[in-house]
Amino acid sequence: MSKTYAEIAAGKQREISVSEFFTKNRHLLGFDNPRRALLTTVKEAVDNSLDACEEARILPELWIEIKEVKENRYKVLVKDNGPGIVKIQIPKIFGKLLYGSKFHKLSATRGQQGIGISAAVMYSQLTTGKSVHITSKISKGKPAHYYELHFNSKANEPEIVKESEVEFDIDHGTMIELEIEAVFQKGKRSVDEYLEQTSIANPHATIHYANPLNEKMNYLAAVNKLPVEPKEIKPHPHGIELGMLISMLKETAMSSVTSFLQKEFSRVSSQVANKICEEAKISPKSRPSRIARQEAENLYNSIQKVKIMAPPTNCLSPIGEEALLKSLKRGVTAEFYATVTRNPSVYRGNPFLVEAGIAYGGSLEAEGILQIIRFANKVPLQYQQGACAIQKAVAETAWKNYGIQQSKGSLPRGPLMIVLHFCSVWVPFTSESKEAIASYDEIVKEMKLAIQECGRKLATFVRKRNRDKLSAKKKDMFKNYSLELASSLSEITGTNEKKIYAELITIAEKMFETGALEEKNGE
Amino acid sequence: MVSKKESDQKVIKKIESLAKDVINEINKEQNPEVKFPLRGLANVHFDEKEQVIKMGNKTQSRVFFNVGQAKKFMQTFLVAKVLKDLIKQGITTPIRSIYYNSKHVIADTKEETWTDQSESDPIIEDLEVTLNALREELHIRAGAKGAMVGNLTIIDAGDRIDLRKMGSGGWSVPSIVENEIIQFDKCDAEYILFIEKDTIWSRFNEDKFWKKNKCIILHGGGQPPRGVRRLLRRMHEELKLQVYVLVDSDVYGAYIYSVVKQGSINLAFESLRMAVPKARFLGLSAFDFERYNLPKSVVLKLKDVDIKRIKEVMNYPWFQKKEWQKELKYMLKTGVKLELEALSSKNFKFITEEYVPQKIRNKEWLD
Repeated sequence: MSKTYAEIAAGKQREISVSEFFTKNRHLLGFDNPRRALLTTVKEAVDNSLDACEEARILPELWIEIKEVKENRYKVLVKDNGPGIVKIQIPKIFGKLLYGSKFHKLSATRGQQGIGISAAVMYSQLTTGKSVHITSKISKGKPAHYYELHFNSKANEPEIVKESEVEFDIDHGTMIELEIEAVFQKGKRSVDEYLEQTSIANPHATIHYANPLNEKMNYLAAVNKLPVEPKEIKPHPHGIELGMLISMLKETAMSSVTSFLQKEFSRVSSQVANKICEEAKISPKSRPSRIARQEAENLYNSIQKVKIMAPPTNCLSPIGEEALLKSLKRGVTAEFYATVTRNPSVYRGNPFLVEAGIAYGGSLEAEGILQIIRFANKVPLQYQQGACAIQKAVAETAWKNYGIQQSKGSLPRGPLMIVLHFCSVWVPFTSESKEAIASYDEIVKEMKLAIQECGRKLATFVRKRNRDKLSAKKKDMFKNYSLELASSLSEITGTNEKKIYAELITIAEKMFETGALEEKNGE
Repeated sequence: MVSKKESDQKVIKKIESLAKDVINEINKEQNPEVKFPLRGLANVHFDEKEQVIKMGNKTQSRVFFNVGQAKKFMQTFLVAKVLKDLIKQGITTPIRSIYYNSKHVIADTKEETWTDQSESDPIIEDLEVTLNALREELHIRAGAKGAMVGNLTIIDAGDRIDLRKMGSGGWSVPSIVENEIIQFDKCDAEYILFIEKDTIWSRFNEDKFWKKNKCIILHGGGQPPRGVRRLLRRMHEELKLQVYVLVDSDVYGAYIYSVVKQGSINLAFESLRMAVPKARFLGLSAFDFERYNLPKSVVLKLKDVDIKRIKEVMNYPWFQKKEWQKELKYMLKTGVKLELEALSSKNFKFITEEYVPQKIRNKEWLD
């Protein structure tokens, strides 16, 4: 008897190795081409460093160096003054995919899936075969540990090639060096741009950067205060999906559904918990682990029906109106700046807040469409602007009201830069590459409100500027007409021309000063 | 009659006092202001008794320190200065020369005092009404337009001119036709035929219509200039001649008739010197197309602007006579207009030998 199909298939079925998964999905992880790979590598390392510093309440200082080793081969070094990593954790953090502390909690930090830096390590190994070098030190009195690691992609485990204690020129911090196949380019979506924008979103950070052309950039901190520490929160019932609910029910240590609802979620009082059970026709005392799939679905549906207080918002960490303003002034030479931090709001049970900044005039490109800088949890978004809620919000704002050119439904034009920061415990990216924010109505609305708030301030400035321009023109006009009038009047009457002119100018000055000059046109 | 010198002195005084008033205001650090009688439909009314359009009492003020008025204010005194010069030198110039004479670049700008003559002409009219001075008193004249022939002898600036011997071109009507320049001598005409266009007038002159019908024929080259209107009025008044008007059958023809008869909105202040309230409308009437059985091919379709203008004119108080409302309504109803030339579809001499003589004989006119 021949084998059944299932039996044949079983012969082919095997565990897919992480490296295979990575190779097949590298576009999702930001390694789809050598140019982007360089950006992603720097980005993952920098995001980790900034997160680490902030969690440890240290004002971050970062050193980034990219050197060309040979054609299409670059060495990337990222060093921070963060808390460092204890010795035994070092190999796992850099050499094991999906290992991290952030995946299991809800707070508005940069990295969220623990896939980033180890993906860079894997990419390095796949393209160059070289090991990654890590140096870390946790305090002044302690030694610095140096590791050379390989990534065992079959086992998803790190392999230690070399380890030793070394000298490190900072009291605490971590340094990663890796060699990757890459292409360095300047301009849009470059590492240069990423770090420039990162400095805008992180005015408290000092960033030293040397690119492969050995151009050195130093972004010094514009504020010496760390942003508010985001608090970790429990998920809000309205933000949860059915699958997640089912696994939470299985894993919980709580003995009843009501206590499960109260302890595992935020904003659920015993009253609310009972109401949810009642709506779902489940006994409040039932054991969570015994809830069957159908019952779980009922529970899920009743959660949606019951009114629950909005989630707490102290899990959010905005840049802050003032810090963003200082940061813009540091980064952009313009004539006008405005920033706003909106109050937190909620989409699908997830708290979020939006911050916006506008820079206008000065060295900004006067022709062409405006420049949009997008941030999600302080991380610059450099790709897929067209698919992003931020672009939608900018295009849907009526810029003409603020004295800015705009054809209907498209992006405004003029010497304008908009910075928009979306901050949330859960950023709804349109795809796994995390480059565009999904256009939920609540989100686009908040973004528009933030832009409008800045826009109104901008309008006052633009109008005043236009008025000043106009009034200078008007002054000249009255001066010239006064010359003519004085000459005619003098010729008709024989009165001294200069005297008439001088008197006319006196009246003109007075009128300009008091604003008595009649504006209305025509007669 | 005031002598030339006296009237000149009077006008110069008025110009000076206008300027002095402004200087006084400037001395007091006030925003200099000039008041003008308002010219336009808003400030005219139809005097039923005298049957002319008269100017009302509304004034408009023009101030210097106002973004929209500064230039006009400056221009007003630019013209006033030129007018004073003209009078002092005893020169009369065409209105266009005033424009050129005062056109120059302002101070160290690229802006000129005038962009075109359409800017300077209304300023001159403003000054005419403000100074309450006639054009001739201001030593300006419009371009001469219009010609006349007929059973009349006149004296023009001292030259005796027999209007029976003016060949095909006729005597060109000057812009200033006051008694000191034009006097009437021997007249054996019984009426005046005022014709809208020179082409049709030529047809009448060629046929010696005036000789056969004992009349004077006169055209104003479209909308008649002041000289032509003033002359019509003088002949009507002093020679006791009836005026008949012959224009196209369209709203513009009708309006020319009304200007001759009752005066114009823009020159309402001169109506009493220019209008001929007893002038009669001979044709073309909107009803002539059917009355004379003209072929369909001669009509012209009304354009949108024509329709708009008809509706506008229908509302003027001096167009309220039943016959005129009938004319205009009929134009709107048929949607067509007729030119005088359309009558030549009958034959070339139809207009001179049949149409006009018949209409006058049969009293087929509108009043």
